[in-house]
Amino acid sequence: MTRVLAYTRTAITLHWLMALLVFVTFPVGLVMHEMALSPNKLRMLSYHKWLGVTVFILVMMRLLWRASHKPAPLLATMPDWQRVAANAVHVLLYVLLFVIPLSGWLMSSAKGFQTVYLGLLPLPDLLSKDKVLGDALFALHEVLNITLLVLLVAHIAAAIKHQFVDHDGTLARMIPFLDRSSSK
Amino acid sequence: MKRLLSVITLLLPVIAFAAEYSKVQPDSSITFVSKQMSVPVAGVFKKFSGNIRINPAKPETGMANIEIDLASIDAGSMEANDEVKGQSWFDVAEYPRANFVSSSVKALGGGKFETAGKMTIKGKTIEVRAPFTLKEDRGLLNIDGAFTLKRLDFGIGSGLWSDTSVVADEVQIKFHVVLK
Repeated sequence: MTRVLAYTRTAITLHWLMALLVFVTFPVGLVMHEMALSPNKLRMLSYHKWLGVTVFILVMMRLLWRASHKPAPLLATMPDWQRVAANAVHVLLYVLLFVIPLSGWLMSSAKGFQTVYLGLLPLPDLLSKDKVLGDALFALHEVLNITLLVLLVAHIAAAIKHQFVDHDGTLARMIPFLDRSSSK
Repeated sequence: MKRLLSVITLLLPVIAFAAEYSKVQPDSSITFVSKQMSVPVAGVFKKFSGNIRINPAKPETGMANIEIDLASIDAGSMEANDEVKGQSWFDVAEYPRANFVSSSVKALGGGKFETAGKMTIKGKTIEVRAPFTLKEDRGLLNIDGAFTLKRLDFGIGSGLWSDTSVVADEVQIKFHVVLK
């Protein structure tokens, strides 16, 4: 087996930081939405918003990194349709990771609750309070998140399939020790 | 000269009366800002009535007796409105109204005044002081002021809600009263 081209350490770190953030922010959002109003719900709402702002900052760092650094190329053995699909999912994931926090921020403003990052840094309210707009942005936030979930399932399933079914080392590009262990 | 003086003396109460404002106008408002997880959240009491009399020439003689309909609260969201009417907050079923009765008004200088009085919410009465300004404008008198209450002094938001790291104890009350 030929050694695959791994992503740079920076790209790998940013990727897994984002994965961790999304896997915390998403369930916090789901749970808090189902909770009845309570001090814990208000805490969860704030944590969710802080996490969301962090996602937004991180995705901008990733986009800047990506714009200035060429990502590791896809495997030469991949069929064309898989290349197209992989690239499309990657682009959509970047778009969603940018748009979802933005929709949450705007929703908060429209619902009349400002976002104060970490309880310290007030973000400006880009919209003024408007119930109809707030409800519409909530619906948008929800649809975007369902789309994110579907794409993430595809993203993860594809990585696992390539690594463990095709044995082409795709996942090792993001988890370098997998490559070392398989090349032993 | 003597006649003139007596005419002025006779007229004085009329002039004084004319300068007293007492009719509360509909664009008056009582609003508040609470802090939830360090986020300022604005709210409003949509209904209140009051007997307020003040003469800007003699503010010290002013008085106010204000009743706030607590069920008219808008705390920022429908969920919050239902919550704050409940027992652990205002308990509006038991205590439908909050009441402020002034006991004095004094001048602070620089166009500022302060009223002291008794604030009663949820059966508890506490002495409060509220600084305010007066502005006469086209036959109307604008009274604007703000003061801070500690919600827990009145038992507002008890039980789990008494955690001030989530909802701060201090609540800023702002009043804008327009009198004719």
